[in-house]
Amino acid sequence: MNFLDAIWLIPLFPLAGAAAMLLVGRHLDRSAKAVISLLCPGTVLASLLLSAGAVAQLVGKAEKFHEVVLYTWVAGLPFRMADGAAAVFTADWGFLLDPLSSVMILVVTGISFIIHVYSVGYMGQEGGYYRFFGYLNLFVFFMLMLVLANNYLLLFVGWEGVGLCSYLLIGFYFHKKSASDAGNKAFIVNRIGDAGFILGMLLMFAVIGSVRFLDVNQALGSGRFAAETAGFGVLSLMALLLFVGATGKSAQFPLYVWLPDAMEGPTPVSALIHAATMVTAGVYMVARSHALFRLTPETSLIVAVVGAFTAILAASIALVQNDIKRVLAYSTVSQLGYMFMACGVGAYWVAIFHLYTHAFFKALLFLGSGSVIHAMGGEQDMRNMGGLKDKIPVTHWTMFAGSLAIAGIPGLAGFFSKDEILWQVYSSPWGATALYVVGLVTAAMTAFYMWRLMNLTFYGQPRMDGHTAAHIHESPRTMTVPLAVLAAGSVLAGWIGVPKLWSVFPEAFRAFEHWLEPAVPSIAAHAAEGAPHETGIEWMLMLLSVAVALGGIWLARHFYVHRPQLPDALARSAGGLYTTLSNKWYVDEIYGYLFVDGLAKGGGSALARFDNRVVDGGVNGAGWMTRLGSTLSIWWDTWIIDGSVRLLSFMVKVFSYPMRLLQTGLFQSYALAFVLGILALFAWLLVR
Amino acid sequence: MNGHLLSIVLFTPLAGMLVLLLLPGSNKTLIRIWANVASLAGFLVSLPLVWRYDKTASGFQMVETADWIPSLGVKYMLGIDGISLLLVMLTTLVGFLAVLSSWSAVQERVKEYYAMFLLQQTGMIGVFLALDFFLFYVFWEVVLVPMYFIIGVWGGPRKLYAAIKFFLYTLAGSVLMLLGILTLYFQHFEQFGFYTFEISDLMKLSLPLGLQQWVFWAFFVAFAIKVPMFPFHTWLPDAHVEAPTAGSVVLASVLLKMGTYGFLRFSLPLLPDASVTPAIVQVLAGLSLVAIIYGALVSLMQKDWKKLVAYSSVSHLGFCTLGIFALNPNGLAGSVIQQVNHGISTGMLFLIVGVIYERRHTREIKEYGGLAHVMPVYATVFAFAMLSSAGLPLLNGFIGEFTILQGAFETSRVWAAFAVTGVILGAAYLLWLYQRTMLGEVTNPKNKGLPDLNWRELAVFLPLIAWAIWIGVYPKPYFEVLEKPVAEIVERVRPGYFGQQAAVQALPGEVR
Repeated sequence: MNFLDAIWLIPLFPLAGAAAMLLVGRHLDRSAKAVISLLCPGTVLASLLLSAGAVAQLVGKAEKFHEVVLYTWVAGLPFRMADGAAAVFTADWGFLLDPLSSVMILVVTGISFIIHVYSVGYMGQEGGYYRFFGYLNLFVFFMLMLVLANNYLLLFVGWEGVGLCSYLLIGFYFHKKSASDAGNKAFIVNRIGDAGFILGMLLMFAVIGSVRFLDVNQALGSGRFAAETAGFGVLSLMALLLFVGATGKSAQFPLYVWLPDAMEGPTPVSALIHAATMVTAGVYMVARSHALFRLTPETSLIVAVVGAFTAILAASIALVQNDIKRVLAYSTVSQLGYMFMACGVGAYWVAIFHLYTHAFFKALLFLGSGSVIHAMGGEQDMRNMGGLKDKIPVTHWTMFAGSLAIAGIPGLAGFFSKDEILWQVYSSPWGATALYVVGLVTAAMTAFYMWRLMNLTFYGQPRMDGHTAAHIHESPRTMTVPLAVLAAGSVLAGWIGVPKLWSVFPEAFRAFEHWLEPAVPSIAAHAAEGAPHETGIEWMLMLLSVAVALGGIWLARHFYVHRPQLPDALARSAGGLYTTLSNKWYVDEIYGYLFVDGLAKGGGSALARFDNRVVDGGVNGAGWMTRLGSTLSIWWDTWIIDGSVRLLSFMVKVFSYPMRLLQTGLFQSYALAFVLGILALFAWLLVR
Repeated sequence: MNGHLLSIVLFTPLAGMLVLLLLPGSNKTLIRIWANVASLAGFLVSLPLVWRYDKTASGFQMVETADWIPSLGVKYMLGIDGISLLLVMLTTLVGFLAVLSSWSAVQERVKEYYAMFLLQQTGMIGVFLALDFFLFYVFWEVVLVPMYFIIGVWGGPRKLYAAIKFFLYTLAGSVLMLLGILTLYFQHFEQFGFYTFEISDLMKLSLPLGLQQWVFWAFFVAFAIKVPMFPFHTWLPDAHVEAPTAGSVVLASVLLKMGTYGFLRFSLPLLPDASVTPAIVQVLAGLSLVAIIYGALVSLMQKDWKKLVAYSSVSHLGFCTLGIFALNPNGLAGSVIQQVNHGISTGMLFLIVGVIYERRHTREIKEYGGLAHVMPVYATVFAFAMLSSAGLPLLNGFIGEFTILQGAFETSRVWAAFAVTGVILGAAYLLWLYQRTMLGEVTNPKNKGLPDLNWRELAVFLPLIAWAIWIGVYPKPYFEVLEKPVAEIVERVRPGYFGQQAAVQALPGEVR
């Protein structure tokens, strides 16, 4: 079977699952829950198998990419590019499998499948089971669209789609206001990034004339834009706009604020969407745009600095959080910062390598925390935990492996990728010692906060109340088996990216680099060729990072097991700093004040009043003026125009009054006057 | 018969109305059934337009001509191109769905109510089909009357204020348009020696720029009030809030499009030099951008559910007018697609308000909350409408917005940068509305036990949802249908656009 031509089917299985849940899920939920439990993970398994088949065939193919175009999706009209040349605004419903997307589909389908299985156990007792799996399947569909699209516009479909699913799943417990608030925040903050992404795509249409990856890469590689690469030109702007999109989706400064709140969603969602897959979409997109970013050292520097700043900022906040999931959330933000550091110094495959190892250990840590919360009857505050080691041993040992991995202990997955990032940040032509130092300090903080979490949760004295303590139990098989699989991944996954320094290992142990490097060539590869390799420094740096990891772990052990009163004392003595950290540097408050209450609500209210009083006031005013004019006219007409007429008639009346006294119209009075007159006449004649 | 397809489409609703008038007013069920049959027939007879329309041909198709008032040069002339095809299909479908949605909502003066709707259908279709300016003007004014009565008789508490405001405001605009039409009419006599209102004849006029601009502004007032563009929009929230649901649906989905259609059909082709005047383009684009951002911000803070949707219309129509005055193929095509999209998504949003209003008789947002618990199907439908309106990819709104943005970006990057904020704010006011009405606990006891959508109500929504998905997933036919008419308009206002690159005239504000 030709899996390569069938890659368009990969996303469709989960879509079918989601559609089934939308249409008949409610019935199944009531009558046949088992159907949901089989169908929804099953669709993802089908995608996983198809993906594996396709990737296997891609490996055997000489040309390491395969494109399948189904039909023209946006069949827009001709337009003029920025240089006046004619182009057509169009994008296909097309799929591209290359080494980069092959890694992504395996990570996405693999982790998704594991988390679907876990969710069968975790969500089994929850209401809205069908809704949960429907959303989760829909998410997998959009995520696969995102990584398999052959152009930016279709990538954007997946990009927005995963954002929607994130919104739906964060707000899964929609009766809770905090959950729907967090969902809104995630969607709207992401939209800010998306606005940048949209403008970036528009600029790409205007400058390159296409958004198809192969066209864009070819155009950028052809030297057509050699003139644009000097200084901060149009390509730098394009890259920066795309990166703005990435800061939203991948939770980087200044748009990272939505991710910690996203922990309102069920824990499997945090593991899948807000740790392993969706939030790495920005890293994927930047790596996908490597041809663009490698032409713009200016923007790449911004990427590296933003990544480094986010890494240390988030790690500093994670140091003092007490909610087990929030620690992991800030840890995710911090680890994503590492990935962007790697992108920023032009080591794209290393960023993807860390994305891949991080997917294992961070999914593991989140699912483990879910298992802890499950055992604790919903408790998330680590201050009320402690001593869980022997009560939930599987959870403990798997999380133990994951914590060692993220801390960077040699031999585990996180070590290989994080150390490679630090080395690249130090040694790449675009690297800088300052960035390296930030990365190293962050590594120390990482080891500390992770082992603070481990110590508070699993070791030391139990701090929960008796009722909770009595009910602590290990999770069911559907949850512990996924944990074990991910733990195995966290231990072993790094061994396909062994450092060159460990020259005893044959090249097969560096398969990841060999697979990705030709597809997303790094900056260093060109610069380093022929240059003498200074292994001394590299060994030293490696030892240094292992030392800070061990130091962090030791310090956490010292603080939270040996001297549990020490952290409080320290927090009191450094009151201001501690408060600032536990309030997350007040970033949420500042944003809330400036943008939500100020710009949006304040501006909206002000404009609504303006609209009502001024704009509509103008209309009503015009109506009022018309009525006033009409009233005045009536008055004028009644009193002046008609008044003069009536005055005339009144005058006539006045002057005619004496006459009217005579003109009585009574025949008798006339007759009387007549008789009297005649009598008077006779009298006069007689008297004379 | 086939030669008169447009006339059949045009007069089927009117014929339905005449029969309706003969039915006994006491038998409400019979009247309802007949009104639904007649409006469904109106939709069905318009379907052949879709496959009889030849998207490869330029100019108007299925043209019908007859003398009407020969002494004045007035003709009965109908014709259709891609732009009017889409708007006519929107009118016939939405018109039917609006009638269907009124089944239980309207209980008084049922016969008159449906008669007004059917009369209005003919008026609106006539506006989109007329190729004679006089005929257009007649239909344009005919539409005013039924809507005036629909708001004024079956409306809410302030119905008289709203109806009179709607009527007088639009009428004031039309009067200026009439002056513009007459100017063209007499100019044509001076230049060619005979009187005509036929659009293709009036397009042959060569008018000095100054006169074109005067006529442009005269048309502008009429069309801008109808769209409505900022700052002529304040009749809209009042009319929407007071109108019965079906009235709002038709008003938003179709009536407003008469304004944008006027720009596309008359302002641009008849006054090409005025339409590319820098001052005019800047003002029109500026007002559009203000509408996008201003409408969204004002919408955000509304306390009345229906008023919120009404202001969102102002924002969406801002996109449509921005696309028009980008004056390039993607801007114009995106604008027409977005007009259809707005008809679909805002139509749904008004229907959604109507459903809940029929149950609770209030539109105050704070009266609601947690409706997703009691009305899950309703909440799902609302989610579709919200996402379609917010421009989520794979639904219709995204295609329209993005195409408009592409067109705007080609003309001015600054325009696109401002317009794109509408995408952010659009999500904000819709999500917040959804949260306040659908999510959370059911706090108001009156909302407990509200019945979910019944089959008739669901049947009103399903075609619109299906249409939204179609445009989102496979918009190609829409672009194909619009390609020729849009190219004609662009060629008319910016000759040489499709030729060699040197020949095309740069627009003001264009960054190259």
